[in-house]
Amino acid sequence: LSVPPETPKEDGRPKWDNKFQYILSCIGFAVGLGNVWRFPYLCQIHGGGAFLIPYFIALLFEGIPLLHLELALGQCLRKGSIGAWNTISPYLGGVGVASWVVSVLVSLYYNTVLTWVMWYFINSFQEPLPWSVCPLNENRTGLNEECYESTPVNYFWYRKTLNITPDVTESGTLQWWLILCLATCWAIVYLCTIRGIETTGKAIYVTAIFPYLVLTTFLIHGLTLPGATDGLAYLFTPNLNTLKNPRVWLDAATQIFFSLSLAFGGLIAFSSYNPLKNDCEKDAVTVAIVNSMTSLYASIPVFSVLGFKATTGYWDCLDRNIISVINEFDLPEESIMRENYTVWINFLNSSYPEKIAGLKLKRCDLQEFLDQSVSGTGLAFIVFTQAIILMPGSQAWAILFFIMLFSLGLSSMFGNIEGVFTPLLELQIVSKSMPKELISGIICLISFLIALCFTLGSGSYWIDIFDSYAGSLPLLVIAFFEVIGVAYVYKIKRFSKDVKWMTGRKLNLYWHITWRFISPLLLLIVFVAFVVLQIQKPPSYAAWNPKYEGFPMKEEKVYPPWVVSICVLLAVLPGVFIPLVALFHLIKRMRRSKDPRFVPPEVFSCQGANS
Amino acid sequence: YAWDANEEYLFKAMVAFTMRKYSRKNTTQISNVLLCNVTDRVSFWFVVTDSSKNVTTVPGSEVEAAIRMNRDRINSAFLLSDKTLQFLEITSTLSPPVEPSTPVWLIVFGVVLCIIVAGIVFLVVAGIQQRKKKNKESTERENLEEKGEVPVAVENGIPCEALDLKTGHINGVFAADDERFTSL
Repeated sequence: LSVPPETPKEDGRPKWDNKFQYILSCIGFAVGLGNVWRFPYLCQIHGGGAFLIPYFIALLFEGIPLLHLELALGQCLRKGSIGAWNTISPYLGGVGVASWVVSVLVSLYYNTVLTWVMWYFINSFQEPLPWSVCPLNENRTGLNEECYESTPVNYFWYRKTLNITPDVTESGTLQWWLILCLATCWAIVYLCTIRGIETTGKAIYVTAIFPYLVLTTFLIHGLTLPGATDGLAYLFTPNLNTLKNPRVWLDAATQIFFSLSLAFGGLIAFSSYNPLKNDCEKDAVTVAIVNSMTSLYASIPVFSVLGFKATTGYWDCLDRNIISVINEFDLPEESIMRENYTVWINFLNSSYPEKIAGLKLKRCDLQEFLDQSVSGTGLAFIVFTQAIILMPGSQAWAILFFIMLFSLGLSSMFGNIEGVFTPLLELQIVSKSMPKELISGIICLISFLIALCFTLGSGSYWIDIFDSYAGSLPLLVIAFFEVIGVAYVYKIKRFSKDVKWMTGRKLNLYWHITWRFISPLLLLIVFVAFVVLQIQKPPSYAAWNPKYEGFPMKEEKVYPPWVVSICVLLAVLPGVFIPLVALFHLIKRMRRSKDPRFVPPEVFSCQGANS
Repeated sequence: YAWDANEEYLFKAMVAFTMRKYSRKNTTQISNVLLCNVTDRVSFWFVVTDSSKNVTTVPGSEVEAAIRMNRDRINSAFLLSDKTLQFLEITSTLSPPVEPSTPVWLIVFGVVLCIIVAGIVFLVVAGIQQRKKKNKESTERENLEEKGEVPVAVENGIPCEALDLKTGHINGVFAADDERFTSL
């Protein structure tokens, strides 16, 4: 008679094929569009190299501790955000629900940004690029007026892509081309997340690694462009005086926080598929450092290209002035070059000041061109596309650039969808017999239908609203309660024992200090400062109005009251679940404690669940 | 190239050619075109005289119309373009941008969408097939267990019936060596 061998307890939970897939998914989730279009902008406006100081301090005291907390939590409890927080304490279940709601809201609008990227991508196959020339007006006598007043690039973005309305209250119509692209984007997301991490794990190999290849290509090409060194010098020259401005520290803290995609629940979901004995401490430090290095690495090609664009703009300005001077004074061709332009101008100004004044020469200043800093969609779709037109082989560069943006955004979408998907699978709402493909299909379909309102004429204004209110403030609140919940409700002693069991090492003093004191305090300060800054001025937006007197400058408008109430709703809605769920459980417990048969639930521990 | 008397001659010839083509008379000669005020910038005034009508100048509007018609020939003679060879007060007509019959982006979009739909269909079908296989396996195992009312004797996970005892080897060491055993 043989003794049956001991079988380890299998809970049927899907798991990563290998550790590399898991790390790559976390990195892909953290590294997103913000690394390319927000970090370089912040670096530029906050004193270049000096910005790195508050950035790394924030990384050390806020980013890495919170990241480690989330990864350890997910790994230990092996559940998505809602289940995990319910396990820690039923009163904290609201934190999980809040994370889930934020993930839903962000998934809705984030994919619309990818829709714009996809639209530009499929338009990049045209020769010449559609944003390089102005179309003619109706009677073919001249160029289209809106395009002529601003630039072809602006026209293509605001008119041909968004078909933007002059006001957020005017909804306009649904743009059919954007609907097609939106459907495609959601189809791609469905294709990659159809079976949860089984499929995203394979897709992440491409979407997480490909952007690095393209960034390297742009880096090499960008450094060879004229004017690249000016751009880089401008970016990295440290100006330590800016550190005195508290706004810089606030921006650094918020940038680290949002860049690492904390408090979405996606990281908890990812690490819940890990084996229990996994070194989550090393993972957290790795992911955080790779994310920051990527931001730095991405800012180099971005600023080389921006420097190139500024230099080309400066040369164009000079050339136009030179032509008008030469025409006026009938000087031979090539007598005035860019190098001796100032000498000539001074000479001519002293001899014929009225003529020079009559020419109305524009002032050409390279610094002024470099100072035109843009972030966000403006950087990608206006500034960068303009720079790409000036490069030889612009189609190839445009295609590469937009595929890179798409991969960056897609890998972040995976994390968002996992943050929505995993808790749904664990709740008793969906029956076990329903196949995963159907659940993910339903999620993608509903999200697509809701996101259709972002394809309206006023869609991009709404995306700005969602981005500023749903994707910022609630996350700070959730993260604060996460740290407090683990440090003071679950108790650090218990948690450090769990982490020690998982990683095999005792918790460092650094983690104790940051989790108990520094991170919550920092989050509280950032939250208060954020709210104070928001309240100080009425929320306004910049509208693209062709009938505005100052066109092509954007018109500053104030949000009407009903829009402001939606903004407040978006900011408050996720956070309100935290007290609501706690209240609900309190009431339930008070009712149950009158019941003599009530047995208090047993205390949960990582080791106990799976020994 | 440098502007010299030969280039001026070419210019006069082109203008004469243009006037001939426009008015369809073969009377305009190179000598009818007069240049004046030539500057280093290479800018000058020019007039076209009409020898048949007592050395009067051809009206400017006619000259303008003629040049507008043959602008491209004049440009290519000097290897210049509308921007680099400017006739003051003669604006160039703009050529409309080339639009292909089907917008290119629709074609690319169609290709991308087809690939994605194919991928989704493939994954869904594969998932359904996997599920069917799993269901079949679990029902087979159930049927097997139902048939054997006597619990199947299992040796190391293999049902005893499957083990063919006859094909086994008899281990010589353990061959019954009765002397070894103590007799009861």
